Amino acid sequence: MIDRLTDSRGFDGFDLRYMGLILVILGIGVLSIHSVTHDQQGGIAPYYVKQLVWIGLGAVAFLVMWAWDYHSIARLAYPAYGLVLLLLLFVLFEGRASKGAQRWIALGPFSLQPSEFAKLVLILVLAHYYSKAPRAGWLQRVIVPGLLMLPGLVLILKQPDLGSGLSFVAVYAAMLLMVGVRSQALGVILLFSIMLFPFVWEGVWGSLHDYQRQRIMAFVDPGYDPGGKGYHALQSKIAIGSGELTGKGLFGGTQSQLKFLPEGHTDFVFAVYSEEWGFLGVLLLLGLFVALIWLALDIAAKAKDQLGALLAVGIVAMLCFCIVINIGMTAGMFPIVGIPLPLVSYGGSATIMMMASLGLLLNVKRRRLSLFY
Amino acid sequence: MALGHAAETEFGDFYRRLLILRVGLFLVVALLGLRLWHLQIREGPYYRDLSENNRTRQVLLEPARGLIYDRHGVLLANNVPSFSLYVTLEDVKDREVLVEQLADLLGLDPALIRKKLGGKGGKLLPRKIKDRMTLRDATLVESHRLDLPGVMVEVESQRNYPGGVTAAHLLGYVGEISPEQLEKPEFSGLHQGSIVGQYGVEKSFDRHVRGQAGQKNVEVDALGHEKRAAVVEKPQAGNDLYLTIDVRLQKVAEDLLGQEYGAIVALDPTNGDILAMASRPGFDPNVLSRELTPKQWVEIVQDEGRPLNNRASQGQYPPGSTFKVPMAVAALETKTMAPSSTVFCNGGYQFGKRIYHDWKASGHGAVDLHTALVQSCDVYFYTVGQRMGIDVMAEFGKEFGLGQGTGVELPSERAGIMPSTAWKQKAKNEPWLPGETVSAAIGQGYVTVTPLQMANLIGTVANDGVNYRPRLVQAVMDRVTGNLQELPAVPRGKVKAKPETFRIIKEALADVVTKGTATRAKSSLVTIGGKTGTAQVAALRTGPQENIPKKFRDHAWFIAFAPVESPKIAVAVLAEHMGHGGSAAAPLAKEVIETYMKLAPQVPMVSSNASKAEPVRSSLEQS
Repeated sequence: MIDRLTDSRGFDGFDLRYMGLILVILGIGVLSIHSVTHDQQGGIAPYYVKQLVWIGLGAVAFLVMWAWDYHSIARLAYPAYGLVLLLLLFVLFEGRASKGAQRWIALGPFSLQPSEFAKLVLILVLAHYYSKAPRAGWLQRVIVPGLLMLPGLVLILKQPDLGSGLSFVAVYAAMLLMVGVRSQALGVILLFSIMLFPFVWEGVWGSLHDYQRQRIMAFVDPGYDPGGKGYHALQSKIAIGSGELTGKGLFGGTQSQLKFLPEGHTDFVFAVYSEEWGFLGVLLLLGLFVALIWLALDIAAKAKDQLGALLAVGIVAMLCFCIVINIGMTAGMFPIVGIPLPLVSYGGSATIMMMASLGLLLNVKRRRLSLFY
Repeated sequence: MALGHAAETEFGDFYRRLLILRVGLFLVVALLGLRLWHLQIREGPYYRDLSENNRTRQVLLEPARGLIYDRHGVLLANNVPSFSLYVTLEDVKDREVLVEQLADLLGLDPALIRKKLGGKGGKLLPRKIKDRMTLRDATLVESHRLDLPGVMVEVESQRNYPGGVTAAHLLGYVGEISPEQLEKPEFSGLHQGSIVGQYGVEKSFDRHVRGQAGQKNVEVDALGHEKRAAVVEKPQAGNDLYLTIDVRLQKVAEDLLGQEYGAIVALDPTNGDILAMASRPGFDPNVLSRELTPKQWVEIVQDEGRPLNNRASQGQYPPGSTFKVPMAVAALETKTMAPSSTVFCNGGYQFGKRIYHDWKASGHGAVDLHTALVQSCDVYFYTVGQRMGIDVMAEFGKEFGLGQGTGVELPSERAGIMPSTAWKQKAKNEPWLPGETVSAAIGQGYVTVTPLQMANLIGTVANDGVNYRPRLVQAVMDRVTGNLQELPAVPRGKVKAKPETFRIIKEALADVVTKGTATRAKSSLVTIGGKTGTAQVAALRTGPQENIPKKFRDHAWFIAFAPVESPKIAVAVLAEHMGHGGSAAAPLAKEVIETYMKLAPQVPMVSSNASKAEPVRSSLEQS
């Protein structure tokens, strides 16, 4: 592993644009986290310092996933999935509960969220499966991978963690679209229905009565928004909207600074950012994400083999899904489900997992020219 | 890994699918961008307003009420800092939980809290739940502030009456504006929780004393706790009042009544200034100005002594023999009687089948007007009344202001009754009976008066018929301009009677004190003229007063003026159920007059006093 790192060939895939995008987005995240938490206690260290530590650990994960041949990594997919399922089971019985959901394993002062890692492992499992298994017939193409996904999905929904569950389905659907189904139409419809869900949702959801919404949400995700009555969603919309064109400036976001907006450093960090940097800041961040996804899709297109391409597609699908759903929910287009904004929201498990995924993606690019794996 | 044919075509397809993915993705991102553009640019100003509303609360700054001084600048009412508890519903998560928390913490009645929270006004308007909190309660709430979103403790000025019960009926008390008051135009600009005068001068001069509320904009966090404050508009303190009373005289008058029920009014006949106005039983306006519990309120209202009643201006009593004063004026003016004409009194007066008794069963013999007043001969005045008729009596009564309010600046002044044939027809729908004229002639029957009216009446006599409206506030100090505006004496006209008439009557009234029914009012200090009166409470009870229950005993009256030569003070004393005016009321009047005469030489006017009062006020004023 170390010799591969020092391998001169290794650096041709170490794309500076790619690295730059990731670092800038991470920087925006740290800044926003600092802005919203600068006057509150974050335990042993300020939140932004802790986030920097997660980024450091994420960088290690990134390098490991980048350096280690992805074929070798993919071979560990099933054992890793087994481990993740065990962890999820453990969470279900022994996990730390917060806001009505049991998602974390306590590790001293920190806590581990296995459902985040489950997403990456699922990508590995599905990519490994499709690259190896015979893919004739819908049973092998749709049902078997679906059954593979199911135990993880059930355990995650049981926590309950609707957001992670949905990203599970999104990854599965993206993989299906790419290789799993012959009929493009089915895949396209499936993927687009997930992607467009926020927009359709607004129409359907918006037509429901408050109590109906509350009942539905209480059913799927009882822990969220305990204050109820759409307080969260409204405060988030107010935060974003009141940023207007140029924003209120760093530390100037009254919605988040005065705690009207809960979870400002985690799931709602985009609202904090939008409030303080305005629409111009939003365009910048969206542009950065689009550029990152563009590069990621390039990597998928230029992957040397199916495993690489599938890994890349899975990672891109997960990335896109998290970005769209998170921004969609903070902008009030979607019911609030707990999905962090990749690379921006505070959180150890999510940051490390996302950076590991991006390392794996760069790994795919790095080896696109190699004849051997 | 070799790619088979199928895989190859599939992979070829893969690029097409990637393209679709790309297009779909950018469509979605574009939609996101559009949504954000809509939120931030198109609806940005709207959300900006919402965020401002979120974080700013407008807190009304209650003004300090104007101070109240007596005629020499002695402080009667000021303001002290006190803690008030406010709740802003907007910031309250669960109203019921909060009600229980506050009830637990402060020992308040949950129903009362609920009522206060339910008042009019938007969710952003802070509602006052409790005032005059103890320091302990205020600290308790502050230490629990994190568990009590939307709860604020504000320091406010609380009305304070340093003299306690002294002059309570005059000063009145303050209280939260009632929903009915809020509807009225004179309270426009006020809001629920505003403190307004509810009684006494506090009520009648409320517009002067009230001041103007200010406003501060406060930035609050999500729990409704204040982060920063910017004063937008400072509250404007109310204007100060200088009363006409001399608090030393007031105290003497109140102490003279002591535990007995009754009233003493002293005024300056030359300008109508009320020098003292005591009413017993009294109350502590400090208690009344606080939030009373329903139990306390019931206790006060149901008190048989009716302590909230200002007996001086609201108590209506038969005038008894004091009514002989206007009767004497009428007798001379209408020439019903010449000063020297006599009536023979044998102790009774027969009218129709009934005999009207004189208070002296043996009779007074032949009496002229002078003797009739000095001895308070009933038979003489029965005769006068019978000759004059009720309507002429009523005419003169009205000349002296009976049957109508004096116009004193106090709420709920009563007018008393000066009966006439027209009055009875109107009020009772019955014709006037001739026998009733006989009773009325000695101030019994339908005639009722207030002690204030009688003080005013004797003052008018003392002043040879020139009458002023009783004045309670002599000057208002404007807080904005610093100007002291004096309220002038208001003449109410002159009784149509010859000076000779007043001379004769005053002479007689002086003899009432020196050798008549009121010798106990005789003073070595000053000449006093006066008239006793005994108002019957229960007509059928006769015999020694000591033998009947107190509540059926007669009321004792004494009205007086002094010095006889150039009157400076007019006094009316009414002592409920104390029997004869000469024994029960006259000594009190004498005390009041002597006290005033001792104080009188050092009476500086308020204008020379205002500058001296200045530092006192500013040190007491609550910022």
